[in-house]
Formats: sequence, C-alpha cells, structure tokens
Amino acid sequence: MLEIRGLAASINEKPILNGIDLEVPAGEVHAIMGPNGSGKSTLGYVLSGREDYAVTGGTATFNGVDLLAMEPEQRAAAGLFLAFQAPIELPGVNNANFLRTALNALRRAHGESELDAVQFLKLAKAETKRLAMPDDMLKRNVNVGFSGGEKKRNEVLQMALLRPKLAILDETDSGLDIDALKIVADGVNALRRPEFSALVITHHQRLLDYLVPNKVHVLLHGRIVRSGGPELAKELEKSGYAELIAEAA
Amino acid sequence: MAAVTETLDTVQSVTQSGYKWGFETTIEMDFAPKGLSEDIIRLISTRKEEPEWMLEWRLKAYAAWLKMEEPHWARVDHPPIDYQDLHYYAAPKKRAGPKSLDEVDPELLKMYEKLGIPLKERAILAGVDPDTVEDRQVAVDAVFDSVSVATTFQATLRKAGVIFCPISEAIREHPDLVKQYLGTVVPTGDNFFAALNSAVFTDGSFVYIPKGVRCPMELSTYFRINARNTGQFERTLIIAEAGSHVSYLEGCTAPQRDENQLHAAVVELIAMDDAQIKYSTVQNWYPGDANGKGGIYNFVTKRGACRGARSKISWTQVETGSAITWKYPSCVLHGEDSVGEFYSVAVTNNHQQADTGTKMIHIGKGSRSTIISKGISAGHSNNTYRGLVRMLPGAANARNFTQCDSLLIGDQCGAHTVPYIESRNPTAKVEHEATTSKIADDQLFYCRQRGLSEEDAVSLIVNGFCKDVLKELPMEFAVEAQKLLAVSLEGSVG
Ligand SMILES: Nc1ncnc2c1ncn2[C@@H]1O[C@H](COP(=O)(O)OP(=O)(O)OP(=O)(O)O)[C@@H](O)[C@H]1O
Ligand SMILES: [Mg+2]
Repeated sequence: MLEIRGLAASINEKPILNGIDLEVPAGEVHAIMGPNGSGKSTLGYVLSGREDYAVTGGTATFNGVDLLAMEPEQRAAAGLFLAFQAPIELPGVNNANFLRTALNALRRAHGESELDAVQFLKLAKAETKRLAMPDDMLKRNVNVGFSGGEKKRNEVLQMALLRPKLAILDETDSGLDIDALKIVADGVNALRRPEFSALVITHHQRLLDYLVPNKVHVLLHGRIVRSGGPELAKELEKSGYAELIAEAA
Repeated sequence: MAAVTETLDTVQSVTQSGYKWGFETTIEMDFAPKGLSEDIIRLISTRKEEPEWMLEWRLKAYAAWLKMEEPHWARVDHPPIDYQDLHYYAAPKKRAGPKSLDEVDPELLKMYEKLGIPLKERAILAGVDPDTVEDRQVAVDAVFDSVSVATTFQATLRKAGVIFCPISEAIREHPDLVKQYLGTVVPTGDNFFAALNSAVFTDGSFVYIPKGVRCPMELSTYFRINARNTGQFERTLIIAEAGSHVSYLEGCTAPQRDENQLHAAVVELIAMDDAQIKYSTVQNWYPGDANGKGGIYNFVTKRGACRGARSKISWTQVETGSAITWKYPSCVLHGEDSVGEFYSVAVTNNHQQADTGTKMIHIGKGSRSTIISKGISAGHSNNTYRGLVRMLPGAANARNFTQCDSLLIGDQCGAHTVPYIESRNPTAKVEHEATTSKIADDQLFYCRQRGLSEEDAVSLIVNGFCKDVLKELPMEFAVEAQKLLAVSLEGSVG
C-alpha cells in the first residue's frame, strides 16, 4: 500500500506540493480531484520520480519501501505505473516493440524469463481485443499521430500489459468518448485484486460511476483539503470548488 | 635512417636485377621503411608482382598527389599528418601491436564483450600480436574457419561466373578488366586522399558480375581471404554488367584497432544498363579513448557510376567509429532513368568528428536520387552532414529527395547540415527536408517509468530515429548494427 506523509515538492524553486498526507490501502481505488493547477499531475510525477521536481520534505513509501530513494525504473519494477495526462510520442519506435521491451525489463527485474516476439504478440493481441482497440495500434509508433483518445487508450493498454500494483491514472478519462470511458474503467477494474491499488486523478464524476472509488480526495494549492466517500465527487460535480477555495483562503 | 637506406638499396638492386622473389626470402623485407617516394611505390608494385602498366598508373597518381594539398574544408580538426612518417607497405600489426590484452584500452575490451565477441577473437581484433596470445590455436582456427567458408563460397560464385577476389589478384589474373575500369570513376587525381590511395593501395576487393547474373549470395569482406588484415589503403572495384545484381557488405561491427592511424580507401562502383549494386557498410574503427586519443582517421572516397539506363546504385552505411570520418559516398547518374540512393547513420560520441554525406550528380534524363541521412551526436562530438545535389543541363525531369535528420544527446555536442544544391535544368526537381531534435527528458522519463533503464531508453529512441536507414541493411547486418548503436552511445546521458 501507498503511504504519503507531509510530502512537499517544488519545481524551479516554486513550491507546488505543500505537505500531502495520503494513505491508499492495498486493494483500494482512490480518486483525486481538484482545480486546474492544484498539483495533481505533480503528485503523480513526484511519486514516479521525474527529475525536474525537487522533493523538499516528507516521505512516500510503497509496501514499506522508500519510493523517493529509487530511480524511476526501479519504482516501475516495484509495481508503480503512471498513465500520463499527456502521453509522450516516441517517433520511429514501434508500439509493440516498446511494450515488449518494457514488459521484459520488468520481467527481468522480477527474475522472470523474457518473452519472445511471438509470445508477446499473442498476449498483446488478447489485451487489445479486450480493450476493443484496433490491432494496428501495436504496429504504429508510440503515440505518434494518435488522436487524444487513442493516446489515452494506449496508456490503458500499457497498464493492462504491465500489470502494476499501484496505478496512477492522470486524467486518463479526459477526451474519451462514452464507450472509451467504460473501457478505461474496465481496464482498471480488470486489475483489481487484493494487492492492487489505484490513484485516479479526474475532473469528472462520470468515470467514477464505472470505477467506484473507496475514497475521494480534493487537492488544492498542493494540499489535500477534503476527503470523503464516492458521494463527495457527486457533490463537487454540482457545487464546484468555490466553497473549498473560500474555506482555504 | 639506416633502415631506409638499406631498403632503398635493396629496392634498387631488385628492380635492376629484376629478381622477382627478392623480398620473399628475408622476412624483414616485408616491411617497407617509413616515408613515401617513387622507390617505395616501385617496391609495392614489385612486391605485388604487378604488370608494368599498373606501376605507371601508380606513379602518375603519385606525381599528381605531390602537387596537391590536403583538403581543409571539412569540419574536422586534427594535428598535421606527416606523410613521410607512415609505413606504406607493411604489416605493422606484427611489430607495433600491444603485447597482451593488458595493454589494450579496457573500454574497447568491454565493448567486445557487449557485442558478444568470443574472448579469443577479442585479442586478435584488438591487434594483439597473435604469437603472444595464449591458446593461439583457437584464434588461428577462427581464421581458418573463415577461409574454408570462403572457399565453399568461391566455388558457388565461380559457377555463376562471378569474380570476387583481392584486387591484387585481379590485377594479375584479370588485367583487362582492371585496366578498363580502374580509376574511371575516381580518377587518380580526383582528390588528395584518392591520389594517395592510387599511388600506394595494397589491399581491397574486386568484384565482377557478368551480364544478366544475379549474384547468388551477399558478398562480404568477412569471407574474403585476408579480410582480417584490413588494409590502410584499401581499393575496391565492383563492376556490374547489364542486367546483373549484387549486394556487397563491408566492415564489421567489432571495433577494430589498428596502429595505422590514417586510412584512405577508395571504392569504385560501375553499373551498366539495368544493373543494380547495393553496397552496405557497417564501420566501427577504433574511435580513440574517451579523450579521442589514438583513434583512426578515416578519409574515404566512395563513388558509383550509374553508366547504364535504369541502373541503380544504393549506398547504405552505419558509421560509429573513427576519431575522424571524412566520407561522401556518391553517385554519378549518367544513365537515363538511373537511380542513386544514400542511406546513412553516422554516430559520434565523446570527441569524435564526422563530416560525411553524399553527392548525387544527375546527368541522365529522368534520373532519380534519394538521400536519407541520420546524424546522431553525443558527448563533445561534432557531426556534419555535407551533401551536394547537382542537376546538369541534360537531366530533364530528374528528381532528388533529401531527408536529413539530426539527433542531439546532451548539450555539449554539435550537429551541422550543409546542403549544396545546383540545378541547371528547369524541369529537374530537388526537395530537401531537415530536422534537428533532441532526445527530450520527457521521452526518457516516459520510457523509464515503464521500466526501461536510461540506456535502453536511449537505444530504443535512437534505433527508432534510424529505422528508415536500418531497414535498408541486409537482415543480419541490421541486427548487429542495432546492437552497435546501443553500445556506441552508452554513457551518453545522465
Ligand atoms: N516547469 C514548471 N515551471 C513552473 N511551474 C510549473 C512547472 N510545471 C508545473 N508548474 C506549475 O505547477 C502547478 C501544478 O501543476 P500540475 O500540472 O500539477 O496541476 P494539475 O493539478 O495537474 O492541473 P490540471 O488539472 O490542469 O491538469 C501549476 O501551477 C503549474 O503551472
Ligand atoms: Mg494535471
């Protein structure tokens, strides 16, 4: 499980996270909501080890190990997966090849045997089918020329194949049509097991109809200002953040 | 100095007496002294048992070279080369090589290991005197192996009528062919290094594909007897008669160390009507240590003549080695509707310098050319693409497409693109596209978040960047080249 205590981080000397306390027990899905610029993506980056961010205080552990002391690839090997708000393009890099390289890197880290191209393709095709994605998605270059929605689906495909223990989904539902929204939710639900947790960053209550969270947290100015059950998302959908912002001021 | 006089005396006495085997008897005579003169050229020619016309050809080249100056227009820097301080006929590996693996740059050995080269062969590649390599039987076997493979191949080739042999053998055995074509694509006085090569070349390949013959196998320098002693001044001549096809592979992925710092090869290709020549190179000369010390200077003239209608010459190269590379494989498109192609990946790291590119000279009507150049610079290196596309008045409706991409890794390196376009035919069309990109931090982070190490991430991105070129290489070569790219760029980030 994920335990965050007093986490503070800044970028270019500008403080963005100002003491985050958050606990996501194993097997639970938590949603993070909050206005634009409140630090949601930053939290995802800091947890996954992006180097531009300086951690200025606090701790973050995952199943007891200190996340912040690890390289990004070690965090991935420990089971952390971040679905990017804006997935990155890798020109010339074939999606299937990328996924196989990633999966094999994780398998190596776990002392498992690597998959050859045939074994991998079988697995990947089964997943694309389950996620109702066209096969040619595997042949194309990573995210290059993908539509906004296709990029998000590609993140879900990666997540499905890499089978993380902790998934952070950063607005993976934004820009998706209704059907795709359900697919994303199904993607996460399919991974649900006692040792899996997810942190779902979203602006829309809609996703949470399909993917019912155990808890909803509201992030504001780099702090969690309110936590509650699934009903909190519904409330916010109606009233917006105005009241919370006024309270915080 | 004493040695010099001694050898010159011997040369004189030998050429005067005409005693052909004079040098065979004394092993010491296998090495010419340092320096270049008419006498040294005579010695080379005699030693190679060449006909008189060949000697004259060499002497003419030498006379031209004496009047020429080393070119300085390329974006490379090196201390002045003392041409009198080099051996022009020698097997210096036997004398100057490191005595044991302990004397070899450990980085080089690490690289062999990563490329999966067997331990015993590593010493040979590193230039260690084979006599001092432990367990030398194994190393010798490796050489014998390639000889026996070569022999089997030779039989198949002979059946098809293909000639594939060392150029020195061709000069003796097929003098008419050599005389007819040698120097017709790269004339002896073409440039400083080509003139030097013409005067002193001792090694290289000769290929002749008769009319209508599709060469039954890819010709690889690896299978040429003596291929391991890659010469300092190699000369390669490939002739494809009408309707014939040949694919030629040069080099190997293992970084090769050589005491000869200066390498100046000449390659000439000739394609007649409907003939196709594909020439692929993976070159990985020792680039020197991380500070650039001890690396090879590689000054090469490679040119193909599409003499016939609808003929096609295609150059594909992956260059990762050498301290300095100066190389412009070119096509002269005489034939109507002839096709020239140039696919190149040039990688520079640490303090390497590369000035490379191509020339496409369009003479024939409807001739077409494609240039795809991928330059990757890392460390403190400099990588320049220099390309010329020239449309001559007769080149009606000729076409060129150039795509020139640079990838920078880190911020201490340089990439430069110098395209020259000259068009003297209004119906000819030249298209040039160029991009420069950096491996972005967010690309690396994305890959690492998925579990890839930083080095695997760089390798994946670089291979993606080079894909359009790598897919032109013959399959096995492409796999090796991919591995090579990864190894060459290790330690270039972070
Ligand atoms: N490189 C940077 N330099 C300066 N400020 C930055 C930088 N990167 C992010 N920020 C700032 O950090 C704050 C938090 O950004 P973050 O992306 O975490 O917000 P978010 O909650 O994910 O917003 P959204 O809902 O719009 O995705 C913003 O004010 C943003 O402008
Ligand atoms: Mg965000």
